[in-house]
Amino acid sequence: MRSSAIQIYELGDQALTIEWSSTINEAANQKVMQAFRYWQNNPIVGVTDIIPAYSSLTLVYDAAIIQQQSRGLSPSTWLSQQINSVNGLEATPLEETAPQIVPVCYDPSLAPDLAFAAQFANLSMEEFIQLHSSKIYKVYMLGFLPGFAYMASVDERIRLPRKETPRKLVAAGSVGIAGEQTGIYPLDAPGGWQLIGKTPISLFDISKENPCFFTPGDQVKFEPISLDAFHELKNENA
Amino acid sequence: MSIEIVKAGLVCTIQDGGRKGFQHLGINPSGAMDPVAMQVANLLIQNKPDEALIEFFYPAPAFQFKQAAFIALSGADFGATIDDTPVPIHQPIFVPANATLKFIKKTKGHIGYLAIQGGLALNEWLNSFSTNTRVIAGGFDGRNLMKGDLIAFKTTTHFPKETEGLQILPWIADTKGLYQVERIRYLPGREFSLLNQASQQFMTNAQFTVQADSDRMGYRLKGPLLRLKKTIELISSGVTNGTLQLLPSGQCIVLLADHQTTGGYPRIGHIIQADLPSLVQQAPGTIIQMVPVNMETAEKINKQQIQYLQQLKNACTLQLHAYHRY
Repeated sequence: MRSSAIQIYELGDQALTIEWSSTINEAANQKVMQAFRYWQNNPIVGVTDIIPAYSSLTLVYDAAIIQQQSRGLSPSTWLSQQINSVNGLEATPLEETAPQIVPVCYDPSLAPDLAFAAQFANLSMEEFIQLHSSKIYKVYMLGFLPGFAYMASVDERIRLPRKETPRKLVAAGSVGIAGEQTGIYPLDAPGGWQLIGKTPISLFDISKENPCFFTPGDQVKFEPISLDAFHELKNENA
Repeated sequence: MSIEIVKAGLVCTIQDGGRKGFQHLGINPSGAMDPVAMQVANLLIQNKPDEALIEFFYPAPAFQFKQAAFIALSGADFGATIDDTPVPIHQPIFVPANATLKFIKKTKGHIGYLAIQGGLALNEWLNSFSTNTRVIAGGFDGRNLMKGDLIAFKTTTHFPKETEGLQILPWIADTKGLYQVERIRYLPGREFSLLNQASQQFMTNAQFTVQADSDRMGYRLKGPLLRLKKTIELISSGVTNGTLQLLPSGQCIVLLADHQTTGGYPRIGHIIQADLPSLVQQAPGTIIQMVPVNMETAEKINKQQIQYLQQLKNACTLQLHAYHRY
């Protein structure tokens, strides 16, 4: 794995981070996803978690396990060598999957910031909704909450600042925008994103084998639905 | 066949070595705050080192054993008594049926552990028994233990001697080499060099007070406000247990077991893995001293701790075998 743009640094003595860029960009995230898939398919003994982010990948390791096989090398040195010895990381194929369709109701009764958002963007609410729901987004990373997917990038015309004072409680299912990112709160949580819609589907369910609806790298498309359809789907899910 | 919670504690959950392999989905790692205490308690009674056990803060819960059990306490010393007889931490104990275990005084440390030989009969969630109260999963119904809860044992304890009374076995796990009381050591983090001169100077021998709003997600540290040379916008990336983040207020937080998987605050440093147990055992109000070390030192200390625990395991096995033969 050789490229002048890549930086590998120690994140304490139990993780290493590989960084492709210091900004949010599609090309860097593509490399993150390739590396993530590569090590999911070719696990390194002792690496317990692989955390993809916008432009970096963090490998969390168990030093006690690595010590047993590192032939006297320190765990961080051994792991750096493992990472550096990989060839063809950037040739790892990423399977093209169909976008996940997420129904979203943009009715103002479920979208407390939509009126502000449209006004801020100098658009009608219909135009705002059209711009948010016509694009296919990519899940760049998960974090903040279990199952919370950071998706990008929203159309430049509908980018919004975070709320100055975060809400103490944002209901699960709320769809928000912050800068170029859009996302859905999988759980009730405090939050500062502008809320422009709500999905009736559950994005986090501990009873499922895969509790999270999204995984890193997913493609996502929002499908506008009526308030009636929202309640119907909500009841089906309940 | 079980243990009953007869009095609830402040924060009392089932934990193990943590939920590994799901952080890419934003699922918190959880696990015992003090993994050394978890291992010591388990090793004393021949459990696997990361067997699920009960973790508690003070005021601690009270337990009644519905059945005889072989147990060990570790971590904090909360003045344990069994049927009003004081019992020590770091020694294996045979507990008779119907005995009550209470904790009457916060003597030393901040987080206690109770391990029961054979382990607890609970369901795993995503390969771990650790409790994630945020999503109400893992451990005991995904929540803090409450009065009236009954936790079944996986196995039945057979007493080696004819007597059926309380027995404190005559050997002690020496944990002195496992904790660092003087200074908590950290590795400077990615954004350390962005601190201004005064803040960097402070961090060469830092003193912080552990704040009252510290919890399993992180310990908040009070000290002089630290400042960067200039403000910077970082994009989110992975964080880990022990990451020392600089909050916009200028105060610091150390991320701990229930931490979020990613973060975007400047990373001033990372508490070395071997000193995390020492840090988490400091109760709010305690002043801690923090000094930087390099990676070579951190890894050497960690290696020594792993060896020490291995030797402890061997010693516990020998002692127990000798005791059974006697």
